[in-house]
Amino acid sequence: MNGAALIGTAAQVVMVVAGAPLLVGLMRQVRAWLEGRAGAGIGQPWRDLRKLLRRAPATPTGTGWAFRLAPLLLVGTSLVLAAVIPLLSTASPLDHVADLFAVVGLLALGTVTLALAALDTGTAFGGMGASREMTVLALVEPTILVAVFALSARVGSTNLAEIVTTTLHDPLRVASPASLLAAAALVVVVVAETGRLPVDNPATHLELTMIHEAMILEYAGSDLALVELAASMRLTILLGLLTSLFVPWGIADAGAGLAALPLAVAAFVAKVAALGVVLGGVEVFIAKLRLFRVPELLAGSFVLALLAVASSFFLA
Amino acid sequence: MTVIAPTLATVGVLAGLGVLAAVVAPRRARAVCVGAATAGIGVAGLIAGTAALSGQVFQARLPGLLPLAGVQLALDPLGGWFVAVTGGVLAAAALYGIGYAGGGHGPSGRGVQAALPVFAAALLLVPAAASVSTLLVLWELMALTSLLLILAEHRTRPAVAEAGWWYAALTQVGFVAILLGLTLYATHAGSDSFADLRAADLSPALRGVVFVLVLAGFGSKAGLVPLHVWLPRAHAEAPSPVSAMLSAAMVNLGAYGVIRVGFDLLGGGSRWWWLLVLTLGGVSALYGILQAAVAADLKRLLAYSTVENMGLVFLGLGAAGTFATSGAPALAALALAAALLHVLNHAGFKALLFTAAGSVLRATGTRDLDALGGLRPRMPATTLLFAAGALGAAALPPGNGFVSEWLLLQSLVHVVPAGGAVTAVAMPVAVAVVALTAGLAVATFVKALGVGFFARPRSDAAAAAKESPPAMLAAMGLLAAACIGLALAPAALGPALSRAVGTSVRAPVTVLSGGVSLHLTGIASTMSPLLILVAVLVAVAGCVLLVRMAAGRLVRRRDVALWDCGAGPPTARMQYTATSFAEPLQRVFDDVLAPETDVDVTPYTESAYLVARVAYQARVPDRVEQAFYAPIIAAARRLGRLGPVLANGSVHRYLAYGFFGVTGMLLVLAVTR
Repeated sequence: MNGAALIGTAAQVVMVVAGAPLLVGLMRQVRAWLEGRAGAGIGQPWRDLRKLLRRAPATPTGTGWAFRLAPLLLVGTSLVLAAVIPLLSTASPLDHVADLFAVVGLLALGTVTLALAALDTGTAFGGMGASREMTVLALVEPTILVAVFALSARVGSTNLAEIVTTTLHDPLRVASPASLLAAAALVVVVVAETGRLPVDNPATHLELTMIHEAMILEYAGSDLALVELAASMRLTILLGLLTSLFVPWGIADAGAGLAALPLAVAAFVAKVAALGVVLGGVEVFIAKLRLFRVPELLAGSFVLALLAVASSFFLA
Repeated sequence: MTVIAPTLATVGVLAGLGVLAAVVAPRRARAVCVGAATAGIGVAGLIAGTAALSGQVFQARLPGLLPLAGVQLALDPLGGWFVAVTGGVLAAAALYGIGYAGGGHGPSGRGVQAALPVFAAALLLVPAAASVSTLLVLWELMALTSLLLILAEHRTRPAVAEAGWWYAALTQVGFVAILLGLTLYATHAGSDSFADLRAADLSPALRGVVFVLVLAGFGSKAGLVPLHVWLPRAHAEAPSPVSAMLSAAMVNLGAYGVIRVGFDLLGGGSRWWWLLVLTLGGVSALYGILQAAVAADLKRLLAYSTVENMGLVFLGLGAAGTFATSGAPALAALALAAALLHVLNHAGFKALLFTAAGSVLRATGTRDLDALGGLRPRMPATTLLFAAGALGAAALPPGNGFVSEWLLLQSLVHVVPAGGAVTAVAMPVAVAVVALTAGLAVATFVKALGVGFFARPRSDAAAAAKESPPAMLAAMGLLAAACIGLALAPAALGPALSRAVGTSVRAPVTVLSGGVSLHLTGIASTMSPLLILVAVLVAVAGCVLLVRMAAGRLVRRRDVALWDCGAGPPTARMQYTATSFAEPLQRVFDDVLAPETDVDVTPYTESAYLVARVAYQARVPDRVEQAFYAPIIAAARRLGRLGPVLANGSVHRYLAYGFFGVTGMLLVLAVTR
């Protein structure tokens, strides 16, 4: 563990926290432009957060520790993820702490705390959101882990730094069918996990269609700020994870030192912003799927992941 | 001088004392005396098992104890692993049982109480059996006493008797399968001691027959689909401390039997055996968790989750055998270690969950999640303990279930060059099964905790719940502490686990090492549950500080009413229930679960268009039970109906049977001799 690695990890965390609301702002702005609106600007989510953070959180009648702890745990797990995943540098001192399975587990843990908080409120909305979110989570899991299999089988390790380093040293690996299929499968997963269209609509407040928003209906003030921040952080982290796994160029290698860090930051911002613009642009053209059509989408992504594993074995 | 011999002798003495106490002691003191004896048996087992795991060896031959064959006992690290797990569960569950019995709860009859220590001793000694006859006697003793315990509350609920029938039938079928398999084996080996069986030279076909028979027998005890049907009934209907013992300790012996016979005695065998085990395990895991996800009865949910976890254990065993026969001994050892560790972790969290469910049942009188809720303010300690168990069962970090599932996944995601197309197809599918199982387990335990314990009470019984007495909380606290220890310091088990695996594969191995973070032999992946927890806690603490700083002042939380769309305060009936929570999953898996709904509309007599009453019924039946067992039961019934035709009460007919029977036999004897 050296100083440069620590600085790299700290930079990752700071960048994700500071950049996540901007990414959401960017995606909203892209939508606004494409829909012919002026938009509120990229900094609007940060202004919302500042406003919310100054307001007192609410404790609805009958809620307890599950409701109080969920926003903190949600942000906490997201912070740990931001530190563990090699977004800027593969030399994270925390790399041996959590491999890809643990990363998936931590993501699920965050979702679970929020679902429990939603059930704790004892309202119909809370239960509805929790139930739907858990259904999606359960169906997403096989795709993620099979895609992990496809990515880790050739590397011989599920540690993220190892996978990213191998890809950095062997760029052609990205163009292999296994890698492309796994990427396609993971994109669907990311869309489902972060509650974007066509699985969930982050802009909706129509009761019958919402998933994520239904769960956080009772939050207010700084609690709501934390939940919103965590949601945008998870989006940034997952998009960052996609770029780290499939287009890792720019990420500082283990021996690169501090000089490579600014370049890594620039590369990360460019890649994630580009992904965000694409995602935001695509969202303009598609509608939300019916809830019971979502499993079909996820089953499709699972088939892609399974094909990725099969091709990694048979075409290697 | 080993401690194993005296501790195992103590087990026998305590079992005798326990039976004596059950018969002699007055009703009030009975549960306490018997519980203390059973807890003592558990502690003795824990000591003996730990001693065996630390490398002590024990062998004993008691020819006088059993006519003809005699009793042979031995404890190696593999047996020690299971004895230690069983001992720990028994000790905690017996302590819990002492508290549970207060205030007229639980079984207090002489017969039931006398069966408890005998069951505990038999359960503990099964992994210490070193000959076929000893194993069979102990196995049957365990089966019979457990049947008595399951039937303890048969006077209060008719469902108990039904569960007893199912259990009795399937456990006997399983016993017959084991008996056939092992006697076939022993006959060809020429001796019934395990040492001679190990050295026996059998033809591959015969080995296959023995393995399939034994797998069927042990699989029925572990609740593998399609032999699982007894499990959700029996584990749900048994008194809660007994449920914990059955679900956390007894089912493990199914896995023990397959490891002992398949790996140790038969020495690995062919690949199709283990692909069969892998398939059975995968199907059980998926089917079990799907049923658990849609169950609304708390104990039934936990019982189906046992089917799931045993499925995962068998999936691990199947993977281990497949790797071993594909020339990947390191992965085989890892998969076996994952299976053994999952046995231990499952025992920890399942005992905790069943005891917590027992506390809920004792406090509210219901196991129906749709009628529970609001227990967090009323039973705060039980809620926390259940949450600790649920974290383990959902296989999320930093729970203990996550550690063993992580090991299992690590063993599955590696390419076996010599495995060929079969492993290349089987392993990704196995990973997908484990993943879907894990995802559904998360949904299941969010439901159990969120609907059962949080929110507002859905019935008066739940609203009147009171916290459990200290003895029960202490027992659950011990189990929770064990779960936390297992979750955070799994590397500490490395040497013991390696020894247990080494005995099974007959070669010394090191599978698990490391201090704070977990290192595997031969695989570059690492993970540290303790550091994950520390990192999350640090992040949460930092987050609290930052929020306070951002606000610039200390903000007080406001108490507000729930948002009600302006329609007045929402009632408790407006909450999501367990059934409604599981409805999307039920709909997604409609083809597998085949739920039954029945809508009965009764109109007024005056007009068919005026509805007087609508009755709606929905249930998710066990499809395997309907498909496999209904025809068998119907056939048995038809066969039974032949009885009255043959025996219609006419004395002449019975005399004729006797006459023709005797003359027929004489004729046969005359012809054959």
